[in-house]
Amino acid sequence: MAVSKFTWLRGLGYRGGGPMLAWLLHRLGGLAMIIFVGMHIFAGFLMQQFGSDFGTTLNIFYESTIFQIILYFFVYFHAINGLRIIILDIWPKLLEYQRELIWLQWLIILPLYGLSVFLSIQNLLTGG
Amino acid sequence: MRARTVPQPGWSFEYLMWIFTRISGLSLLFMGFIGLVSALLLGARTQMDLPTLVRWTFFQNPNHVVNSNIADVTIGWSNAYWQIIQMLMIFFGVSHGFNGLRVILEDFIGHTILQPLTRGGIFLIWLFTMMVSIYVILAS
Repeated sequence: MAVSKFTWLRGLGYRGGGPMLAWLLHRLGGLAMIIFVGMHIFAGFLMQQFGSDFGTTLNIFYESTIFQIILYFFVYFHAINGLRIIILDIWPKLLEYQRELIWLQWLIILPLYGLSVFLSIQNLLTGG
Repeated sequence: MRARTVPQPGWSFEYLMWIFTRISGLSLLFMGFIGLVSALLLGARTQMDLPTLVRWTFFQNPNHVVNSNIADVTIGWSNAYWQIIQMLMIFFGVSHGFNGLRVILEDFIGHTILQPLTRGGIFLIWLFTMMVSIYVILAS
């Protein structure tokens, strides 16, 4: 097997800093979005075609505030980080400033995310 | 996890998927932008709340805006144009996602017998998801 349990420990000890965190969050966010979009497609299909209770249950699950707060972070991060990756692929000279670009992308993501979390919680509290 | 061996340069499968990931990522951002601008031009500001507008921005399905103050979604919000956009978005989004899943899994699997099995399985799930989602788009 290619995977031994020690590679995980070594991976955690590797101090890659901002770019490694970006790589990790990009992958985790991608997986989170596959789970959400997959659930949403099948829940939509079941509710639309059969009016199924299971579809409604899935719908209640992913429309819950905590699910949305987690998902919003991953969506914003994946979108903005993906845009950074594309820009760096088109202009490789910018790779020299990759750490600065990662700080810049956090400066874009965090206000957007904060606004979304605020609106989500406000929506929950006012029952909108 | 171990490093993957790099195939010879040229139009390999990995290179095509690398390009596709970039193009589909940009397209998804662009289509979200188009959805947001179109919704505002169609009068979203006075007809719906922000969560509804965000749902429409992510995916331009009439079911996403039907619970709003829009009198009739069939005027402007539900037509063949949006159905084509939705199918494009589903194609780009689902393919981008399952290709990403394939890349992540193959990082852990390496060049074993599991690799073609994983590719085949992901291809079948991709095909099934595409069929289900296009059915939902055409029926909504």
